[in-house]
Amino acid sequence: MKTQETTSRPDNTAFTQQRLPAWQPVLSAGIVIPGFLFIGLAFIGIGIGLFITSQSIQVLERDYTGTGSSSACSNCVSSNISCFCQLNFSLSALFPGPVFFYYGLSNYYQNVRKYGVSRDDEQLWGDVSKSPCSTCGPYQYSQNMTIAPCGAIANSMFNDSFTLYQLVNMTKKTVPLDGKGIAWWTDYSIKFRNPTEVYGSLAAAFNGTVKPVNWAKPVYDLDPSNPANNGFLNQDFLVWMRTAALPDFWKLYRRINAGDYVSGLPAGNYTLEIQYNYPVADFGRKSVIFTNVAWMGARNSFLGIAYLVMGFLCVVMSMVMLIVYAKFNTPGEDS
Amino acid sequence: MHPMEVWNHIRQVWRRKTDKENTVRRLVSNLPFEDFQRKYQPNRQYVDNSIKTTKYTVWSFIPMNLFEQFHRFANVYFVSIAVLNFVPIVNAFEPGVALIPICVILALTAIKDAWEDFRRYQADKQLNNMPCFIYSRKEKKFVSKCWKDVRVGDFVKVLCNEVIPADILLLHTSDPNGVCFIETANLDGETNLKQRQIVRGFAAPSSSFEPEHFDSIIYCEKPNDKLNHFKGYLDKADKKIGFGKDNLLLRGCTVRNTDEAAGIVVYAGHDTKAMLNNNGPRYKRSKLERKMNMDVLLCVALLFFMCFIGGLGHFIWLKTFPSIPPFVPPDSNNKYISDSLSGFYMFFTMIILLQVLIPISLYVSIELMKVGQIFFITNDTDLYDKETNKQVQCRALNITEDLGQIKYIFSDKTGTLTENKMVFRRCTIMGTEYCHKENALRLGVQCEAVSDDEDTVFQKSKVPSRLQHRPKRDITCLRRSQSTRSYSTARRFVEMAPSTNNEVAFSSPLETDVAPDKRLLHIMCEEKSEIQQWCRVSHSQGAASYMDFFLALAICNTVVVSTAMLPRQRVHSSTLKPGGRLQSLLRKMGSLGHKISSRQSVSESSPKSSSFLKKVKEEEVEEYSDSGSGNPSRRGSESSHQSEQEWSPGPDPDGLCYEAESPDEAALVYAAKAYGFSLLARAPDHVTVGLPQGTMLKFEVLDTLAFDSTRKRMSVVVRHPITNAIIIYTKGADTTIMELLNNQGENQEEEKKRKKIASKTQRHLDLYAKDGLRTLCIAKKVLSEEAYEDWASVRREAESAIDNRDELLMETAVHLETNLTLLGATGIEDRLQDDVPGTIAALREAGIQVWVLTGDKKETAVNIAYSCRLLSQGDVVFTLNTNSREECESILDCTLEEVRRYATAPQTRWSFLSIVGVATPAENTGPTFGLVIEGRTLSMVFEAHLEMKLLELARHCHSVLCCRVTPLQKSTVVKLVRDKLKVMTLAIGDGANDVNMIQTADIGIGISGQEGMQAVMASDFAISHFKHLKKLLLVHGHWCYSRLASMVVYFFYKNVMYVNLLFWYQFFCGFSGTAMIDYWLLIFFNLFFTSTPPIMFGIMDKDISAETLLGLPELYKMGQNSEYYKRAGFWTVMLDAFYQSLVCFFIPYWTYQDSDIDIFTFGTPMNTVSLFAILLHLAIEIKSWTVVHLGIMVGSILLFFIMCLAYSALCIDCNPPSNPYWIMEEQMSDPMFYLVCILSIIVALLPRYTIRVLKGTLALSPLVQARKLDKLPPVDREQQIKKWKSQQSRPEAPANLVSPVDSVSSPSEPNIYSISVEGETPDMYWDSKDETEKPFTPGHRRSISTMTI
Repeated sequence: MKTQETTSRPDNTAFTQQRLPAWQPVLSAGIVIPGFLFIGLAFIGIGIGLFITSQSIQVLERDYTGTGSSSACSNCVSSNISCFCQLNFSLSALFPGPVFFYYGLSNYYQNVRKYGVSRDDEQLWGDVSKSPCSTCGPYQYSQNMTIAPCGAIANSMFNDSFTLYQLVNMTKKTVPLDGKGIAWWTDYSIKFRNPTEVYGSLAAAFNGTVKPVNWAKPVYDLDPSNPANNGFLNQDFLVWMRTAALPDFWKLYRRINAGDYVSGLPAGNYTLEIQYNYPVADFGRKSVIFTNVAWMGARNSFLGIAYLVMGFLCVVMSMVMLIVYAKFNTPGEDS
Repeated sequence: MHPMEVWNHIRQVWRRKTDKENTVRRLVSNLPFEDFQRKYQPNRQYVDNSIKTTKYTVWSFIPMNLFEQFHRFANVYFVSIAVLNFVPIVNAFEPGVALIPICVILALTAIKDAWEDFRRYQADKQLNNMPCFIYSRKEKKFVSKCWKDVRVGDFVKVLCNEVIPADILLLHTSDPNGVCFIETANLDGETNLKQRQIVRGFAAPSSSFEPEHFDSIIYCEKPNDKLNHFKGYLDKADKKIGFGKDNLLLRGCTVRNTDEAAGIVVYAGHDTKAMLNNNGPRYKRSKLERKMNMDVLLCVALLFFMCFIGGLGHFIWLKTFPSIPPFVPPDSNNKYISDSLSGFYMFFTMIILLQVLIPISLYVSIELMKVGQIFFITNDTDLYDKETNKQVQCRALNITEDLGQIKYIFSDKTGTLTENKMVFRRCTIMGTEYCHKENALRLGVQCEAVSDDEDTVFQKSKVPSRLQHRPKRDITCLRRSQSTRSYSTARRFVEMAPSTNNEVAFSSPLETDVAPDKRLLHIMCEEKSEIQQWCRVSHSQGAASYMDFFLALAICNTVVVSTAMLPRQRVHSSTLKPGGRLQSLLRKMGSLGHKISSRQSVSESSPKSSSFLKKVKEEEVEEYSDSGSGNPSRRGSESSHQSEQEWSPGPDPDGLCYEAESPDEAALVYAAKAYGFSLLARAPDHVTVGLPQGTMLKFEVLDTLAFDSTRKRMSVVVRHPITNAIIIYTKGADTTIMELLNNQGENQEEEKKRKKIASKTQRHLDLYAKDGLRTLCIAKKVLSEEAYEDWASVRREAESAIDNRDELLMETAVHLETNLTLLGATGIEDRLQDDVPGTIAALREAGIQVWVLTGDKKETAVNIAYSCRLLSQGDVVFTLNTNSREECESILDCTLEEVRRYATAPQTRWSFLSIVGVATPAENTGPTFGLVIEGRTLSMVFEAHLEMKLLELARHCHSVLCCRVTPLQKSTVVKLVRDKLKVMTLAIGDGANDVNMIQTADIGIGISGQEGMQAVMASDFAISHFKHLKKLLLVHGHWCYSRLASMVVYFFYKNVMYVNLLFWYQFFCGFSGTAMIDYWLLIFFNLFFTSTPPIMFGIMDKDISAETLLGLPELYKMGQNSEYYKRAGFWTVMLDAFYQSLVCFFIPYWTYQDSDIDIFTFGTPMNTVSLFAILLHLAIEIKSWTVVHLGIMVGSILLFFIMCLAYSALCIDCNPPSNPYWIMEEQMSDPMFYLVCILSIIVALLPRYTIRVLKGTLALSPLVQARKLDKLPPVDREQQIKKWKSQQSRPEAPANLVSPVDSVSSPSEPNIYSISVEGETPDMYWDSKDETEKPFTPGHRRSISTMTI
């Protein structure tokens, strides 16, 4: 007989018969009590650690928007030209270092979509000869020349500048501010590039471009004190170009880590001299922040408290589960 | 292309068009036109034989496939959103990027479609290039060509075991009688041989076949899809010769038992009946999917609401600024648009940003899941049938989850609940009952073996492991699959050797072997001499009736005789060899058979006379049949002795095998054979019957009036070879035959006798029906030569008519079948399939109502219902049987009132007390009801618009039985229940009469059994046994539904949760449409990171093991009530999604508040947290973890980190607005990142986890209880299941387990209300309390032979 037909009998394997060895967890109180307890205790531990760390971080924040007659810089709010004002503060004890010096803007939406896309990464990568991309509009061209750097972000760059003095015996002692390495290293060394210098001149490299409308100085002349800190690689520019996630944000301005101030700001009186250029009074506020940072970054007590609360909740939950377990578990079931 | 060709082509198309308008196809032979250009070909307008089932060509694929895909609403939606993104004023992302997801989805679907189409293309190519023989005028012989070269009008020769390439009008065969056998298995699955014959009278039969001389014009009907319908005529110079379906060889069939056949092609390629019948897979939309689409719309509403908030928020936000701040840039023209307008634009930007809320991957994922689910269903070895070598076939690809939600099952009876393997059980001849005790005993033994097996299924708890259980089962399977083909020891079924030949239907020894009734055998032997006499002189009296009876059984049918020595083999297309070894083998065998029969006829030509007994016979028989139960020993013992010895069946029948279109016919022929009347050969114009003494009679068949459902009978007109009398044998349903009897005898005595016989036979028939036997009446009529000639001329006219031939033929048939003489009646048993009662009981427990819709008579149906435990002994059964509307209404009202009095709303509730150990008291102590309704009453109900009342009544009834219903009524009933009760319905059936209902129901299941493939073709799933329904529904249905439902809910959760992260951020970016997550990562998140785990879950998760699901059918109710996917559940999940997204957004938010964090650094922990939350959420939902689950979970997480790290490391400025470079690396080196992630994940999942734990501990739902059972070792689990069942069971449940024999013995109260206005005899039987009238049960069946009448 030739009826050795191919049988269509399905394969009898564990997989095709859906009999793979399986672990079937039935979640019940008895099993999860230790888990809850463990998580609870761990969280409480982490929470305490975070909270203590957070408390050890000092923050000194001073608003200098200038609205309201008594506040600092009130003189500058209405002036259209560049204006100087002073902000005085005193420290009763050593502000331990290294101290980070931030400026903060509030109700400032750097994350508005159209604002956020208004830049040209290729231009910032050093290619100033090409016409900037359309997202930069309307800050693409000015006087029929390419704007470098183009776009709304660059155009609205924060341009207040600060000088910090310690008052020692009624004389102003300049506190050295370190502006190196305040930007992300990736921005400085990879994402941003200056156009190739022509005969050693950065200005010539930017030939054929104009400065953004709101800027006072062209991009190759941002930091007259340090020729290396110019063009697209200017640290303040890099910091500004990394758009903030939330409407109330800080941006690192300088670090205080040199000279007499390596260990921090000693107790005493200080004066911050502000060159007030940036108008925010219409919609928000601006401030300066001095803070020292720990491993967890700036001071934030939320995470520590949250961990503590959750930890306690888990412990309570394990208690509840214990009661449930005692009441409803029929013997011999949890095998 | 040459312009002439183009013109030709256009003309062809035009011709084809005009051709369509005609009603007749006219064609001539191609041979005179051979080698002519195409334009001169006479049959050029007809399509050729090459087929193309592909949807697309290489060029048309992309446009056509896209066009098809855009029929989907979802695809249009996503494309329009992508297009919206190209509008500069509202775009949210880089326009090209937005196209990626929809392109990926479209591409995936396109690849799937292309692959399917390519497979079709390959199959077409293979088919088109199959070899065949076409006649060539040049070479004067048949030459080998390909199938695709065959054209209409060609002459084609087909050899034995070859597949027929086109629809061919048969003109010549190698058979001297001009017949040809074909097997139509490819077309309709019927494995029996069918006889086709050449067109008569077109050429002298003796002359050799000369295609070149064929000069007739053929007229036939347009191509149509009716397999059993074909007519036309040959226009030969002088006369018209009609032909019909018996002359047509259909494409796809196989020629058998015939050396060669040749004919002219009438339909080719796509015009053939086979191709016209070939519809692709069916598409239904499942209930779950319908519901899901509703929820998708809800999501759309939610999306629009969120976008509206976005637009409004943007407007308000802009209004808060007294002057325009520097961070709101003007448009490129340096102009500021008004706040309200930008709010309006923002609405659309938001749609683009939040589009993922509508799960784009949902549809593709669901399709993939269903493919996986179908893979597992078809691969289940439990649903594989060894006998037929068939798995489950899933023909509809997208309604697997509906299997888990069925509430009503509508089942056919014959072939579905029963085996449709007919067993000859009893007969009555001339008013005398022969109960075939031996046969019953023999079958009884077998039954026991089977029922033993059933018992083990019932008490499966004893045998914990399936493996232990299986071998036992296989033994029975083997025993049942034996075939007569082995024929080693035909009469002793016990010793039969196992055989693997399981192809032939109706041939298991159990069915074909009939042990003759001793008493009848006795009579037969005693009257042997008379038989011989009868051979010479025509009798119409007494003992000759017995002969007539058996002759009628042997002749009056369409059974084809084939030789058992020649096993047919299925020929695969690849192994086709024209005229191979097999053929010579065939020839040898044929001559061998010849020798045997001639030798036998010689040996039998000296009959031993026993004429001395002959005298007394007549009165004795009379008396005997009157007394009925009279003792046969009254007759001379010597004669009985003698006869026993003498008795030997005539020509050795063991070489014969019968192939019948309906199993009843085969059963009758086998019965006749058991008494020595064996059908030896059948040709179109004669049949040869072997008589008990060995003589062979060759009857000339003058005409065959085929069976049809309106006449409900068939007849053959034969000429007796010796007496030359023309005799009509008729066989048919008792109702019709009884009406046609001629009870007017020549004298009064005769008349009285005939009436007596008729009434006795009627009584026996009623009894047979009560025992669940199928009854047939046999009658005969002798016709005078003149009368026949008159009739025959009318008949011939009718045959050659073209237009209303069918009506005319029917008329002539009715005209002939009058004034019949009753010979007797037969009772054929249709045995229940394996494990039907168990399956029905399980389905019942699962909360499924089972209705049986059958065309059978009430008594048969009710008995089957009892034996398969659809009705139980304690049930109160209402029978609705009326012919008038008013009565129908009043009866319905009365019954409803009656029922309502008892109805105490029996609802078993899940109670967690049961797990604590307190048994819930049995709530329902009232009686259970059954409803039996007749077809005509049903039509009354529909006419009088009483459907709602009927449904109301039916809902109170435990089981409903509709008998004598037409196929249309079947589907009307299904539609009624489906539409009015809004429930999921399933229809299961095996025959062509079930097709309507199978197509109407939400799920149609075809049983690929005995009766062809129509039901299977129309079905969504095809199984081979009714018992497979249990696992298919209770296990696979439950799994498919629970998996898919959980997954759909999960998909909604996933998308809402993820999209809301973006939405919350809008509150902090001035509703400006900023995303804090890089858009590539956004896309990847849905496409890669979180897509595979849910798909795998949807395919593989098992909430409860198969054993527990089968053990506790109640668990099926979860699916019926849609517990996994309810509106409430949907909103709970939505809330959970909102909560989780709030957590995932605000914990990072508060952490990074007041810091110098940039947008994308801020988004990274959120993305990570939501990934973990989404995957761990799934992990909580997964009920059983296998290696695959673990692998895919871990793989997804790893993929996320690898992709993110790689992307941040390599992408310096690829996606301009975002700034992904080195962000992930930066974050991962920051301890805060981990602290934020851990806290957020735990806070997000804690509520869901806690609720799961509480649910698991309190175990309120049976699902959790069942899962706990699953964890027990098998033995304990069985015990627990038993305990559970005894707690939950309602009073009738244990009744199913009690041996039914016990309950039979005490039918103390008449619990069957028969509401029958006509009040005829059948109901009388039901109400009587006679011992013998008890309903038929398996236990009863064994003792039935002792029954006396």
